Amino acid sequence: MLKDLFAKKRKYATIPSDRMKQEVPEGLMTKCPECKSIMTTKELNKAHKVCVSCDHHFRMTAQERIQLIIDQGTFREINQDMKTENPLDFPDYLDRIDKDRAKTGMNEAVMTGHGEVEGNPIVFAVMDAHFRMGSMGSVVGEKITRAIEAATEERKPFIIFTASGGARMQEGILSLMQMAKTSVALRRHHEAGLLFISVMTHPTTGGVSASFASVGDYNFAEPKALIGFAGRRIIEQTIRQELPEDFQTAEFLLKHGQLDAVVHRKKMKATLANVLDIHKGGEE
Amino acid sequence: MVGELEFERPAKELRDKIAELKSFMDEKGIDLSDEVERLEERLAKVEKEVYGKMTPWDRVQVARHPERPTTLDYISMLFTDFLELHGDRLYGDDEAIVGGIAKFHGKPVTVIGHQRGKDTKENLRRNFGMPHPEGYRKALRLMKQAEKFNRPVVCLLDTKGAYPGMSAEERGQSEAIARNLVEMAGLTVPLVCIIIGEGASGGALAIGVGNHVHMLENSWYSVISPEGAAALLWKDSGQAKRAADTMKITAPDLNEMGIIDKMIPEVEGGAHRDVKKQAEYIEEALQKSLDELSEMSEEELVAHRYEKYKKIGQYTFENDSIGVK
Repeated sequence: MLKDLFAKKRKYATIPSDRMKQEVPEGLMTKCPECKSIMTTKELNKAHKVCVSCDHHFRMTAQERIQLIIDQGTFREINQDMKTENPLDFPDYLDRIDKDRAKTGMNEAVMTGHGEVEGNPIVFAVMDAHFRMGSMGSVVGEKITRAIEAATEERKPFIIFTASGGARMQEGILSLMQMAKTSVALRRHHEAGLLFISVMTHPTTGGVSASFASVGDYNFAEPKALIGFAGRRIIEQTIRQELPEDFQTAEFLLKHGQLDAVVHRKKMKATLANVLDIHKGGEE
Repeated sequence: MVGELEFERPAKELRDKIAELKSFMDEKGIDLSDEVERLEERLAKVEKEVYGKMTPWDRVQVARHPERPTTLDYISMLFTDFLELHGDRLYGDDEAIVGGIAKFHGKPVTVIGHQRGKDTKENLRRNFGMPHPEGYRKALRLMKQAEKFNRPVVCLLDTKGAYPGMSAEERGQSEAIARNLVEMAGLTVPLVCIIIGEGASGGALAIGVGNHVHMLENSWYSVISPEGAAALLWKDSGQAKRAADTMKITAPDLNEMGIIDKMIPEVEGGAHRDVKKQAEYIEEALQKSLDELSEMSEEELVAHRYEKYKKIGQYTFENDSIGVK
């Protein structure tokens, strides 16, 4: 009788969904997907979304990134009124865009604007993987291009935080051409002798990795960020062998000479400020 | 002729029949020339019909035809005094990209192209025309060399994509492609790019940021292969045909969209049916491009490339119904 009270009467096994696994318990508490430890969300946010026990870097929204990197009150957004089109008439494409606009509060997968880092004026672009996996179509390419142009025009450093699955399939060749467009703009910025810093965050792959993300005067990345050209699954199918666990991580890239440094999130702003300061030319 | 394609079958059947009749005539000494003539007329009509309404997927098949002429085939017909140059001076020589110096109508040029094989053995050597980073870095080395000696660069694009492998990632496939894009943007000599077969994604674009970009009529150029697009969009690579229809990857489509400068016509049925004639069509387009671009100063060439790519994209603004294209 009493035993019955404690007996498990569950008829069905509950299989938590991926989302539940990651975010349970929602709201007040957050579970780290890496070490599975549970911390208060407040605690996590205070640590700039870095797990307090294992240092796992959670994904950040563009707004959170701006708060972390840009001096308070200095960010001035540009081109937030640009709108996505549907050049290949893919059904549902614009509906999905609208959904992500509502979800993220952004007009597209990148936010661009002017701001300061410890008093150093820069032009800033930050991609957000919560919006269509940060994929690059016409608007993302154009916003980044205009940001680079603004930096060239005002003779300012350009800093981008990348997070992208690559080119956006739904815009076809136009997406591929954004790689060329951002490159011609970067070339002008480069010819003007100006500073470009690329910070790769999780994930930076495909056409974004194979264009502006990889050609900073300084290439930084966040710990453990996935960075690479081709997808892991495609490579495994091609070479028919298992890949090392750290394959295409920031640390893997560092080891193979593709990065200047892997920078912990809590040191990111200071690191950028350090580079910006050195580029001011020192004291008289 | 080997490698007849599915959509060509009506033409193939007639061609076979004509050949059969002709050999019968020779063998038996019977005059059937009236019949042959009649069939040949019909063949001309059927060919016009078959090749006149090719679907995007038909064109993809022609672009992949095992006998389709490759970069080296065209180099031997378009240029004289070609000398192949090897290696990136950093790691190795990637045979999926060939390049060298040559003369075009008597004037020095640098020519670079993706190179696939025509049989299994050659394909293994050339990695099926899928370059590693050292291939792109070789291409860049040759472009910078051309810039130093002030000669135009001609790039022939024909790849299923940059190689997706562990070695390529270790050596910086992304950086190699990205670097080429930025360097081509600033190149102070004329750069003419011609897509001669398959043009898949960043692996093609990595030698494709030209002042002029032309495409052979039956080549394709896309952000991803039709199979890859189908796998990503509908989780089914079997729907490649549908992807080819939807993605606007053919020369006529991209010409209409203003992505390419010129569609170079192909010999009826595809370049492989008359390589010499095809080379003449390319030669004509190339001569025109080089004439036009040779008028420009270094600054003008760089600015021309800037304006060309700056324009590409489709978007609108809030409270603004006019699209920008």
